[in-house]
Amino acid sequence: MTTDIKHHLSDALLMAYSAGSLPEAFSLTVATHISMCDECRARLGAFDTVGGALMEDSDVAHLAPNSLDATMALIANGSAQPITSQERRAGGVPAPLQDYIGGDLDTVKWRSVGMGVKQAILPTSKDASARLLFIPAGSAVPDHGHRGTELTLVLQGAFSDATDHFGPGDIEIANEDMDHTPVADIGADCICLAATDAPLRFKGMLPRLAQPFFRI
Amino acid sequence: MFSDTDTLERVAPSAPSPAACLRGKSKQLLERKPGGTRVSGKEKENEDWVACIIRIRDGQDKDAFAKLFRHFAPRVKAFLIRSGSDSGLAEECAQEVMAALWHKAHMFDPARASAATWIFTIARNRRIDAIRKQRRPEPEELTWGPDHEPDQADALALQQESEHLSEAIAALPDKQRELIEKAYFSDLSHREIADETGLPLGTIKSRIRLALDRLRHTMK
Repeated sequence: MTTDIKHHLSDALLMAYSAGSLPEAFSLTVATHISMCDECRARLGAFDTVGGALMEDSDVAHLAPNSLDATMALIANGSAQPITSQERRAGGVPAPLQDYIGGDLDTVKWRSVGMGVKQAILPTSKDASARLLFIPAGSAVPDHGHRGTELTLVLQGAFSDATDHFGPGDIEIANEDMDHTPVADIGADCICLAATDAPLRFKGMLPRLAQPFFRI
Repeated sequence: MFSDTDTLERVAPSAPSPAACLRGKSKQLLERKPGGTRVSGKEKENEDWVACIIRIRDGQDKDAFAKLFRHFAPRVKAFLIRSGSDSGLAEECAQEVMAALWHKAHMFDPARASAATWIFTIARNRRIDAIRKQRRPEPEELTWGPDHEPDQADALALQQESEHLSEAIAALPDKQRELIEKAYFSDLSHREIADETGLPLGTIKSRIRLALDRLRHTMK
């Protein structure tokens, strides 16, 4: 568990995750951050409590007449959904992310996007996209703006941009007003999990041409 | 306080209609025992639900399950209907949610969630899976020691805090309460929530904060 996380999830993201209304790519990023951050895990617990209270205290629907018997039959037939336990394999990335990369960071199939920066797109539903970004020590991700929201979670190393410095477990929440150029710290390569609900807009000509090919 | 007439008016059912199956508040008023104050009644109830889950976990107790089922299954079903499911699918999913409760009873931790909170999370996940047809990656489990048994005092305090939060939500003006319900039941996007949270969360924020302090303590 990383204890010195300084940049956390917003209430709006936690509430939407608790309510279950985030796109998959965002849920993945939120779940990965929570796996690293006890503070946000506790905050999520508080938002889940809101959900429980609402469900408990609002409407009731009529059940089918045989509902309880049918449920007992389901139980007798064994578990309908396999119960998976999400536990981290030693030394690896958080469990929710492992599911998407099929192992750890050394198994990721990177594709270059230029200037030493590499990425790997993760398979999620299309309403938002998630990717791993590899930024070599001391290098920058091309300056880009956003149409939607971009979440950037540091898994390894650290980066800085005009707003602040982000270390392991830190999450940056950027909206459309923000143009930023993340620069990896000089000491180590930086690997991030990034999710966006709209394509990024790069400023330079070359990255813009490359965008459709690399789906950045 | 409500006068008797208020209560009667709220209880009086409208003409039977498809929407008549969704009448939670009135039902609750009907079920409330005369004389008993709401707070102690509900706290007791909440402790009973926790005890039922423990009995399922430890002894596959079918009576305890039936009791939980009668209370929670209609709420889970209503939650799914409000989230856009038709009645047939909601029934099917509500049964699956309750069956999952049985199978997962060993994972319930009363120091971290009330029965209602825990059942809500199961129902929410089923909704995303069956109705939105999406995956919702879950955080990895906290790894407790092999003999982890939740601390009784922590569990009690957390249960009480959940109850207070529930009361604070119930006491909200209708408009604010509806906004929060909308966020949880009808798929507001996080952006819409961000635009709207300022207002509805204001009054219950301190309660959320206290529930959070409690959870923080539990996870130390």
